[in-house]
Amino acid sequence: MEKGLTRYIWSNTYKQQIWILLIVAASMVPYFLSFDLPKRIVNGPIQGEGFETAEATQRFFAIAFNLPFIGPIDLFSGFELNRVEMLMALSTVFLGLVVLNGLFKFYINTYKGRLGERMLRRIRFELVDRVLRFPPVQFKRVKSAEIATMIKDEVEPLGGFTGDAFVQPALLGGQALTALVFIVIQNFWLGMIAASIVCVQAVIIPRMRRRLLELGRERQLTARQLSGRVSEIVDGIHTIHGHDTTNLERADIASRLGIIFQIRYDLYQWKFMVKFINNFLAQVTPFLFYAIGGYLALQGRLDIGQLVAVIAAYKDLPGPLKELIDWDQARQDVQIKYAQVVEQFDVEGLVAPHVHSVVTDPVPRLSEALVITNLVLSDDSGARLLHRTSLDVQPDETVAILGQNGSGGEALAEALGRILWPEAGRITIGGKDLLDIPESVTGRRISFVASDTYFFSGSLRDNLLYGLKHAPLTQAQYQGEDQRKFKRKLLEALRSGNPALDLNSDWIDYGSAGASGPDDLLKVIRPVLDAVTISQDIFDLALRSQVDTDAHQTLTDRIVEVRQALRRRLSEEDLGHIVAPFEADAYNRQATVGENLLFGTMKKPMNPQILATHPYFRRIISETGLGAHLYEMGLEIAENAVELFRDLPPDHPFFQQLTFMSADDIPAYENLLQKLQGTTIDKASASERSAIIRLSFSYIEPRHRFGLLTQKLMDEIVEARRQFYANIPADLSAAIERHDAQRFTASTSLMDNVLFGRLSLQEVDTTERIRAITRSVFAELGLEDHVLSIGLDFEVGSQGRRLTNVQRQKLNLARALLKRSDYFIFNRPLSALDQRAQDLIVTHVMQDLHKDGQRPAIIWVLPNAHVSELFDRILVFDNGNLVESGRFEELATTNGMFKQLLS
Amino acid sequence: MLLKDEVEMLRRVPLFSRIAPAKLKLLAFASERMSCREGQNLFSQGDTGDAAYVILSGTADIVVSSESGEIKVAELEKNSIVGEIAILCDMSRTATVRATSQLELLKISKESFLDLMNDFPDMAVEIMRVLANRLNHTTSELTAARSREQRVNS
Repeated sequence: MEKGLTRYIWSNTYKQQIWILLIVAASMVPYFLSFDLPKRIVNGPIQGEGFETAEATQRFFAIAFNLPFIGPIDLFSGFELNRVEMLMALSTVFLGLVVLNGLFKFYINTYKGRLGERMLRRIRFELVDRVLRFPPVQFKRVKSAEIATMIKDEVEPLGGFTGDAFVQPALLGGQALTALVFIVIQNFWLGMIAASIVCVQAVIIPRMRRRLLELGRERQLTARQLSGRVSEIVDGIHTIHGHDTTNLERADIASRLGIIFQIRYDLYQWKFMVKFINNFLAQVTPFLFYAIGGYLALQGRLDIGQLVAVIAAYKDLPGPLKELIDWDQARQDVQIKYAQVVEQFDVEGLVAPHVHSVVTDPVPRLSEALVITNLVLSDDSGARLLHRTSLDVQPDETVAILGQNGSGGEALAEALGRILWPEAGRITIGGKDLLDIPESVTGRRISFVASDTYFFSGSLRDNLLYGLKHAPLTQAQYQGEDQRKFKRKLLEALRSGNPALDLNSDWIDYGSAGASGPDDLLKVIRPVLDAVTISQDIFDLALRSQVDTDAHQTLTDRIVEVRQALRRRLSEEDLGHIVAPFEADAYNRQATVGENLLFGTMKKPMNPQILATHPYFRRIISETGLGAHLYEMGLEIAENAVELFRDLPPDHPFFQQLTFMSADDIPAYENLLQKLQGTTIDKASASERSAIIRLSFSYIEPRHRFGLLTQKLMDEIVEARRQFYANIPADLSAAIERHDAQRFTASTSLMDNVLFGRLSLQEVDTTERIRAITRSVFAELGLEDHVLSIGLDFEVGSQGRRLTNVQRQKLNLARALLKRSDYFIFNRPLSALDQRAQDLIVTHVMQDLHKDGQRPAIIWVLPNAHVSELFDRILVFDNGNLVESGRFEELATTNGMFKQLLS
Repeated sequence: MLLKDEVEMLRRVPLFSRIAPAKLKLLAFASERMSCREGQNLFSQGDTGDAAYVILSGTADIVVSSESGEIKVAELEKNSIVGEIAILCDMSRTATVRATSQLELLKISKESFLDLMNDFPDMAVEIMRVLANRLNHTTSELTAARSREQRVNS
């Protein structure tokens, strides 16, 4: 990147800069004219110069030149106007000039703004592009949040400055100079006074601002470090809690904020100091004008019109001047920012641009051997990880790498995965260095999986298919207005040096996963998920999640069938009683009183609190008389709970069972009871009423077992439910999805939809058995893939943190397996799993990858020798050296490292 | 069954006989009521133990799997407690408990159980007595088995 900002801006925008400079030059003409005009208005029509007689007229708008050698040329003799007409005409011209000046300003500002925004876009893109091309070692040094701050915040002023970089000094300098020249023309000495004050300003102010710039730089650095630290706190939150170091972090942040405060306060003080001096200097000049100019006028050496014009012109001088000084400060400030950012991004050994070129055509198979020649690997501190090693791997060979942790095998795998760059020696395929081969080859035909995983926030599906999105394969088609918009967007991107890649295109390379399109993608995903043994987890995720009814209509349309099949299966296995189904005219004893009353699920943003205050709901509750009964019931619940829990310390584990109140509520309810015991509902205030009734809403008889739910009360609740739905107002009916045995409920989980009732948890293992039965019901109906697809909609959260470490590692492996590469390099990819699970997955993968006739090469760094028999060749590393190499049978019979590892 | 009936039943369990009714009611409330059908396993050998169970009604067998197949080691009756070893020693289940008739149970979580022992030393002594009885039983069984073994060998 260019080291200097001015040069960077000029080289990228010189055409536009020249154009805008021309416009600025043109705008100077009306600007200058508007200075001269007040003088002519005052001296002419107002003071009567040239209108000595009442009938005197003057010519207006005469266009005449007095060219050298040619003599006077009279183009237009103008209009004859009298004194008043002249006044009006000149004033109108003045107004016209004001409008013209305004229009010029408008055009120039808009143009500059666009120029600046394009520049900002260009530089931000360029910086991110550089991040994408950083060598791996750079990422060990930088903090992600600092990079983000630089790209987002620190370059932002650059955009604003770009438009002003050349125009502002030209425009403001022009204006200031015009004003100055005008003053000098009016009166030489007044002009000189103004000029000398300007010089003082121009010398002193920038000097004082140097300190400001220094402080500005410090502010930038400390702010950047602060954001780096904040992101460290977020990323390392578990470590912080684990070691009780939250207060260390608090102290660190507080001290940083203290430093930032100090810098900012200094900055603030200096800024206003400079402002004060600047303003003072600017105000001294008019004082001199009034004093000296007035004296000259009194002496008759200066006419009043001139003095008015000088003072009017001077009004326009400090403005541009101040802005010019501001511009200079902005320039220095931005230059420092730019230099600092560039310094961070000017990294040695960037990946060459051609390595990242966009390739939309299928990349041919790698049919040559992977050759490692005299490879030497070192870590960041220079310690040797792998001593001079040479070997080659055939394109259909399977190789197991064994050895202690840190014995060199992992380092070799990392080098093959281009995470570790060789210190000496080469890794080549077909004679080409691995680091020079475009990523369109290495990223598609070679797959590398290590134990550290990264997931982007988005759905599980997005993350799983991430490895297939190399290039926009089919162009998105746009029609009409959209097409015009798209073309405009594209053009704008090119103008800012951004690539013309369309995010809306289909980026998924179905072919390389072995599918023909979006429809049969699931067919190739399924075996991969099975191989890494994660299908069950995804299935469970699906059961727990809410279903996007538009995307999964096939399943939601068949929900009735699923419910019936589940019922049938449950009764076949003599389990019919463990689900209490929802019935429109019956009370469900396994559900809460509130659920029974509502008989449906609430859509967001509706919640129990909002519903409880809804007038219609309140009316139904009081009209049916249910309110009074629920109030009595609530009192009894409170009584029971207080009696049971009164003497327990608030952190007692029994409180977990108390679902309807927390330990902190007990004293409040104790007080309430003293006041309300034995009363009826009309004695209680509104808030007391709701505090008591709230308790009965969460009551489940079989769980809490206070013996409060009589048949009569249940009937009343069902009747209240009927009345509630009988005349339900539109706003409520839109917010509540009533249980309907014939329809899918979008606002609840898939599991709840399938059960369509409440589980009775009273029997041992109920949940596990229901889960197993549900899965087999879906399989029976041929809906298993749809359920998996729902599971793939799961949002994985920031960095995939909503998944467990084990799930992340399995999915990380699955993502690579989907690509069907020619070389697979696995660097202990499943370290979070226990031994048995790892061995199982290794066996699955080895079988599956060689199933459909393709024989990709597999290089697997194994945690132990158990499954090494599955591989063609075994490499044993020790202390950075390759110590043994051979087939399983050979090595197992010779006395060496391998035999030790095997036992 | 209501809370107060459960309290009555709990009082009949020797282990809880000396605990005040108010505390028993709390225990009953804090515990889950479960049922287990005939032939079903309440828990299996090797599972992690997170709760003890009081049998309110029904009967069950304690079964241990060994190389020579499953061996029934004891029977459980109404009012007995089972599963406490895994809680006390923080280990996995040492045996399988299988219902031989419909079981009605009270599931007492590990925290609740340990808490009760802290609050009621009487109960801890009672648990010791139960465990000592079982050990005694086991020792006499072992003695019998050993002497049988010696007779066979000699």
